[in-house]
Amino acid sequence: MALRELKVCLLGDTGVGKSSIVWRFVEDSFDPNINPTIGASFMTKTVQYQNELHKFLIWDTAGQERFRALAPMYYRGSAAAIIVYDITKEETFSTLKNWVKELRQHGPPNIVVAIAGNKCDLNDAREVMEKDAKDYADSIHAIFVETSAKNAININELFIEISRRIPSTDTNPPASGKGFKLRRQPSATKRSCC
Amino acid sequence: MAADVHKKSGDVLNGSLFPDDGQHAERSESPTPGLAQGTEPGAGQEGAMFVHAQSYEDLTSTDNPDATLQMPGDGEDVQADQTMIEEISKDFSELSTQLTGIALDLEEEIRQSKEDKLELSPQASRRDSVLSGKEEEDVAMDAWRMHQKHVFVLSEAGKPVYSRYGSEEALSSTMGVMMALVSFVEAQENAIRSIHADGYKVVFVRRSPLVLVAVAQTRQSEQEIAQELLYIYYQILSLLTWTQLNRIFQQKQNYDLRRLLAGSERITDNLLDLMARDPSFLMGAARCLPMASGVREIVSTCLQQAKAKSLVFAILLSNNQLVSLVRKKDQFLHPIDLHLLFNLISSSSSFREGEAWTPICLPKFNSSSFFSAHISYLEQDTDLCLLLISTDREDFFTVSDCKRRFQERLKKRGVYHALLEALHTPFYSVSKVGIPYLRHFIYKSKSSGLFTSPEIEAPYITEEEKERLLGLYQYLHSRAHNSSRPLTNIYYTGSHENLLAWVTNAFELYMCFSPLGTKAAAVNAAHKLMRWIRKEEDWLFILTPQTY
Repeated sequence: MALRELKVCLLGDTGVGKSSIVWRFVEDSFDPNINPTIGASFMTKTVQYQNELHKFLIWDTAGQERFRALAPMYYRGSAAAIIVYDITKEETFSTLKNWVKELRQHGPPNIVVAIAGNKCDLNDAREVMEKDAKDYADSIHAIFVETSAKNAININELFIEISRRIPSTDTNPPASGKGFKLRRQPSATKRSCC
Repeated sequence: MAADVHKKSGDVLNGSLFPDDGQHAERSESPTPGLAQGTEPGAGQEGAMFVHAQSYEDLTSTDNPDATLQMPGDGEDVQADQTMIEEISKDFSELSTQLTGIALDLEEEIRQSKEDKLELSPQASRRDSVLSGKEEEDVAMDAWRMHQKHVFVLSEAGKPVYSRYGSEEALSSTMGVMMALVSFVEAQENAIRSIHADGYKVVFVRRSPLVLVAVAQTRQSEQEIAQELLYIYYQILSLLTWTQLNRIFQQKQNYDLRRLLAGSERITDNLLDLMARDPSFLMGAARCLPMASGVREIVSTCLQQAKAKSLVFAILLSNNQLVSLVRKKDQFLHPIDLHLLFNLISSSSSFREGEAWTPICLPKFNSSSFFSAHISYLEQDTDLCLLLISTDREDFFTVSDCKRRFQERLKKRGVYHALLEALHTPFYSVSKVGIPYLRHFIYKSKSSGLFTSPEIEAPYITEEEKERLLGLYQYLHSRAHNSSRPLTNIYYTGSHENLLAWVTNAFELYMCFSPLGTKAAAVNAAHKLMRWIRKEEDWLFILTPQTY
């Protein structure tokens, strides 16, 4: 079976649950008292997608201000970026929009963008409407899901969707995963899933 | 093993800052081994691993040693412009009320301080729980005033940067007063060092653009408190670098530094807690994990062989104890930098999963630039952590590969199991030494920058008792290192224990005996202990450090 390496980075405000999403995906575990990430953390997980093995090389970045300048090191060369916000904190959604802008300006042109509204188990404290986030994601042709790392909702689905969006190897050279463009969306990938 | 220890080529020693390499050949035996530096038990055979630092003096010497002024509590004695005095003294009495609060009766005080201690751990975990955000205690409460040691960091504009307890916002007026005190004394071309009043020591350390203040009820000397404040300063530098810190404040004097330090509070909190219970900081040395020298040697060799061009230091540690350290030839790590690294690792559980890659400044090594640190645990459920310090922030995958190669080699050479085995017994019992009445000791080899100490056993069971014991060592240490009257030998008789301190150019020894022993017996025991350490040195210390 063919093995493909997919470099994915997680971006987003501090405390939105980037590491929790990765832990849930990689280890299938959840720690409510997780400490803030320092610098960045690297993990891998291999999953089967159709007749290929996809090895995700995941860069989980720290959301804190002082690590902000390091982000380009991680999204540069990424096939996909998962930008995470917290559905119970409006301001984390604004931060997300800034990340999208930054990726547009400085990110690789073909990067697949996925937006994850985390902590969807805390529906009572919701500040960001699902529809608003979905509309925004559609407008930039990004993958959108609401997730809960705590209750393991939509975590695997998120990565499967990334696997699906990254074109298969038989039509494209493997090194440059040609996703979709942030600026001009090719109509071929318009078959949006969400 | 023993043969190895004495195998001396004598010619090519690694460029160390060792005072006298020639003395290595003359490793003396009993009765008082190692009165000359470099020959004491535990002294490295092939060069030191650390910058040779008399870290205590390094730390406490100020930029301006003449500028000393101790202000009495009421501020009346200062002869200066009368109106300014009145203003300051008004401010100060406010501060002093805030610090001492209304006197409670003694019983209540004791009860309160016990409650504080109980509250400590949930408070610490609450502080950075991602979900609940930062909950802080109310600074108007008596419980807040009762803390043993407060630490405040502020900018020269008087803006709060860090407070150990309570929220910085709520303390902005208090910090304003602190800055006023500093500025006022500076206006007289002088510098405020400390205020002693009402059982409190208020210690100031000025490191432009920051001011650090401690308000302590502990028995520590002013010098020791100042040393802890400097550690906090270096901790901040390790996150930002000195260059960045200065640039920020040059551009904007009233910058709110908390923005950049967000999320690092727990690292600083942890450092303060660690300093209260880990003698490494007092000793200015690293504690070695005891391990059969054959195993350690192979582990070090494996670590040395898994090298990469950009690697400067490779450190293997477990629970703040050093297992092995490999350094680039001619590069030395300062104990302070090592302590900051240990603290970083012990302060966050986030390193437990995956491989972390983070910029870190080693302020004593080079305060103007960042290294990249690769941090990972070798095995889940153990505390064995590998730290690889690289000069190239783009070099993650090369460095990560070094880790993989190191692990493979360990397994191939069959020491992996023995290494994990050694982690089960990180401490030895003092009974191993075979000296009656000896309860505990700390022995530091000055030339290697390493110390050894047995497990703290009964009667020092509770955390308070352990901290009390460390407090006694702190007291002896401060007496021995008093800059105006340093002491070599101290025998201290207390109601609960007797202590002996013996400080030479080559080593420092602190011993704790049951109160029933005599002074003569203690002196004999010191010689006996020195012989025991010499006999066991290849197990207690890292005698053959490796270099790239």
